[in-house]
Amino acid sequence: MSENFKPVTLNFGPQHPAAHGVLRLLVQLDGEVVSKAEPHIGLLHRGTEKLIEHKTYTQAIPYFDRLDYVSPMCQEHAFALSVENLLDIKAPVRAQYIRVMFAEVTRILNHLLNIPAFAMDIGAATPMLWAFEEREKMLEFHEAVSGARFHAAYFRPGGVHQDLPDDLCEKMKVYFEKFPDFIDTLEELLTENRIFKQRSVDIGILSKSDAIELSCSGPVLRASGVAWDLRKSQPYDVYSDIDFDIPVGKTGDTYDRYLVRMEEMRESVKIILQCIEKIPSGPVMIEDNKITPPRRAEMKDSMEAIIHHFKLFTEGYRVPKGISYVPVEAPKGEFGAVLISDGSSKPYRCKLRAPGFAHLQALHFLSKGHQLADLPSILGSLDIVFGEVDR
Amino acid sequence: MELSLIDILLGVLKIFSFVMPVLISVALLVYMERKVLGAVQLRRGPNVVGPFGILQSFADVIKLITKENLLPSNSNKFLFIFAPMLTLLLSLIAWAVIPISSKYVIADINIGILYLFAVSSFGVYGVIIAGWASNSKYPFLGALRSAAQMISYEVSIGFVIITVLLCVGSLNLTDIVESQKNVWFAIPLFPMFIVFIISCLAETNRLPFDLPEDEATLVAGFFTEYSSISFGLFFLAEYANMILMSSLTVILFLGGWYPPIDIFPFNAVPGLFWFELKVFLILFVFLWVRATFPRYRYDQLMRLGWKIFLPLTLIWVVLTSSFLYYFEMLPQ
Repeated sequence: MSENFKPVTLNFGPQHPAAHGVLRLLVQLDGEVVSKAEPHIGLLHRGTEKLIEHKTYTQAIPYFDRLDYVSPMCQEHAFALSVENLLDIKAPVRAQYIRVMFAEVTRILNHLLNIPAFAMDIGAATPMLWAFEEREKMLEFHEAVSGARFHAAYFRPGGVHQDLPDDLCEKMKVYFEKFPDFIDTLEELLTENRIFKQRSVDIGILSKSDAIELSCSGPVLRASGVAWDLRKSQPYDVYSDIDFDIPVGKTGDTYDRYLVRMEEMRESVKIILQCIEKIPSGPVMIEDNKITPPRRAEMKDSMEAIIHHFKLFTEGYRVPKGISYVPVEAPKGEFGAVLISDGSSKPYRCKLRAPGFAHLQALHFLSKGHQLADLPSILGSLDIVFGEVDR
Repeated sequence: MELSLIDILLGVLKIFSFVMPVLISVALLVYMERKVLGAVQLRRGPNVVGPFGILQSFADVIKLITKENLLPSNSNKFLFIFAPMLTLLLSLIAWAVIPISSKYVIADINIGILYLFAVSSFGVYGVIIAGWASNSKYPFLGALRSAAQMISYEVSIGFVIITVLLCVGSLNLTDIVESQKNVWFAIPLFPMFIVFIISCLAETNRLPFDLPEDEATLVAGFFTEYSSISFGLFFLAEYANMILMSSLTVILFLGGWYPPIDIFPFNAVPGLFWFELKVFLILFVFLWVRATFPRYRYDQLMRLGWKIFLPLTLIWVVLTSSFLYYFEMLPQ
């Protein structure tokens, strides 16, 4: 470039149709080619980590729904496991199955938002509306168990809040046996579409070593060919009893990330159906009234139960001193909460490990040298949600 | 030739008899687009304003007109207002030479197709002026893309038209239609027909070639800074252009007002009906494509234009002319 020419700096966002929330990018353009893409984050910062320090462990759960608001239950999962680790308890088996089942429903929900959003960044608007139709049906399962479509607050330390409604397993079985047909329809529209392939193959290539160095995880890492999945490598809850595969990509371009997510949805369906098959009966919450509230009926004639109830809902339960980090395989990658307990009923410190934050760092690396039009599609393929990036 | 007042009045009336139906068709086309997209995307589309929501576009126009027209402070005010006017004007004056039936055309001139080609090439000026006058980066990028796109496509459209002209031997649009009485050019010139439809999509900035307004990257492209009725004019022009290009496709390739088969129940129907039915079908294809396909990238579009369409059309021109010459079928 001659000295007389200055590169154009484009202010991409925070109010931009393809910014996936409130991302502000300072893009340096050499013609239409991106020479630098600098993300500016923090526009959705709500101080979640600090707020959690001032809430009891029970009160902290809803904050996890609001981090990555597309996959709420997986984050509650990480928190619940971390607290259980500190308390040295384990949820009952039925609760573990319910958690795994709903973590996978959440994964499908997340991918059903990300894949069409990625397609929309490329210009195809129709998959978005098709996927939302299906999401809506799946959110009804969320609603059936927790009463809320989105911010469920369903996974609690020690189990899940309520048992499944009687007919839910049947309904879910009927729905998820048919769901792969929908994935096929979606694939018909995108996977072999020539324009879609031209726009996504060999765009934003992330090699194996780069992916590891940039601390990518989840589908982004697996698309680069690293078969790393926390559900397999360090299984939590009942994942070790369940048979499923980890889809792995080859080149690590945006197309591979798309394919990996598509396959993951199929695997999730397999997991859900196995859970429905294997789920035992029994309690869904540990019956230790120092940690979990007593039954309503019991409180009518037990002084002990009333005291427990009062203590739990005023002070909360005390958690032994210590530090704990139990990551889960959230739909976007490794999510975990580092909890430091000082022995009181509130965490001394809560540090969240959000996969989106690490992936956003890779944006400049991935988009350098690509066309401006590829920038939104790379961003879309990284699956960024600002709730968790900005926290 | 002396022009009397009555001649002028008649001329104005004739123009209105074209412009008003075009503008009303634009409103209905927007409605149709939203309904078709709705059907594809499992939605209902507009269904509140008027019966089946058919008055939705008129309500939208009223909304646009009553809004404040914002002028960006750093823009070139004159050009900023002029650009949408120019764009709409160009999309309307092209109708002067379009024959909608064997008798009815405003100006039956013998260089009709050349006139159309010139007017449609001018269309890019509206976009470039709008992008430049806005003095903003997104519109500017949109304008640059538009210029590149236009050049890539006009060349192959030119060759497509030449093949048709070789078969007809006249630049007059009525003659072009009349020479298709027996066989529509879409059949012998099928590849050219496809190239022409794809080029029409590019010409009218429709998906998969809506790069100048690529909302995933450029927010709204060249009309990002426009609001109110100046935006409305661009909008009108885009849809008027779509109807124009579909009519052109029908005239060049689908036998204009001729029925598909020249037998009794078909040839009793007025030609205008056949013309409009064909335009409607082509427009449906436009909308169908929009609902189905992702968007090309700017360099991929240029590659398609220069490396695939240009050689293909060029070869077809040579093939057609040598075929016509060898079998002595060249029109006299």
